[in-house]
Amino acid sequence: MATDAISESGDRSDFWQGVRLSMPVVVASAPFAVLFGALAVDNGFSVLEAFLMSALVYGGASQMVGIQLFGQHVAPWLIVLSIFAVNFRHVLYSAGIGRRIAHWPVISQALGYFILTDPQFAVAEARAQSGQTVGFAWYLGLGLPVYLFWIVESALGALFGKLIPDTHALGIDFLLPIYFLGLVLGFRKRPLWLPVVIASAAASIIAYKTVGSPWHVSIGAVAGVLLAVILPPHHSGVKARP
Amino acid sequence: MSTTFWIIIAGAIATYLTRIGGHLVISRFDTIHPRVEAGLNAVPAAVLTTLVAPELLNAGAAEWAALVVTAVVSLRGGLMAMFLAGAAVLILARQFVG
Repeated sequence: MATDAISESGDRSDFWQGVRLSMPVVVASAPFAVLFGALAVDNGFSVLEAFLMSALVYGGASQMVGIQLFGQHVAPWLIVLSIFAVNFRHVLYSAGIGRRIAHWPVISQALGYFILTDPQFAVAEARAQSGQTVGFAWYLGLGLPVYLFWIVESALGALFGKLIPDTHALGIDFLLPIYFLGLVLGFRKRPLWLPVVIASAAASIIAYKTVGSPWHVSIGAVAGVLLAVILPPHHSGVKARP
Repeated sequence: MSTTFWIIIAGAIATYLTRIGGHLVISRFDTIHPRVEAGLNAVPAAVLTTLVAPELLNAGAAEWAALVVTAVVSLRGGLMAMFLAGAAVLILARQFVG
């Protein structure tokens, strides 16, 4: 009984610790949720469909691309393929985070992967790196507010989107790059950090100019990961195990 | 059911497959080769960098100022501090630079 109570209150404080960390993500993603809702209706979605897409796909960039193509009357299978292409980077997140949450029950894991967004992955990886356990309560505290705000704000954007003032002056289009840069810098103590960043930056810029978006994300990411794989293990700080 | 509805459902399934796929592949192996582990450790920096780098191509003075301030603050402050500092500089600079 006593230990149950302790672990329960530990879960609760873990949850709220996650909620605190979710706040910058809620702030940074809010304009995009509203913008998505507004654009979705503009491109022929109903308010319910905009809400549904946010609730089920839950991936900002891919949703934007999806409605853009929908508005241009592109074939449905091509829209789905584009959503898949934009979200392909999650394969790498999934492979990375699996090591941290393998101790959860399967249902919790299935839910955990559903809310595995860019910031969710980065903040959870940072916690694992600092030597702390990535628990389900903490992970949910981090992800749930972002999810709930995302779907509610999408619906609000769909309902009232035409009322959005000058988005450029408010800096809305550049909030996510700022946030992502902060996340990248947070990993600077990892072995091979600088070579990986340089390789990924160069490859993604070249791919962006040549192959085009969204493939520059996958190509740039693979370049950085391959560099870490190719360099001899004594550079990467991973010890060979028997 | 409308076409839109089915696009959303298929898009959602495709997205979930990307979110669970890497784990399903990796978990089939009993041990992870050190080089694969080194690659996995490089994932955050590698992927997140690609979300920022192409933005630099179109960045003007206001955007650069915001990124530099973000980088400087991130050396000392937490995630929230650096985000708010970067956003404040961006909004302020855009009032003047446009």
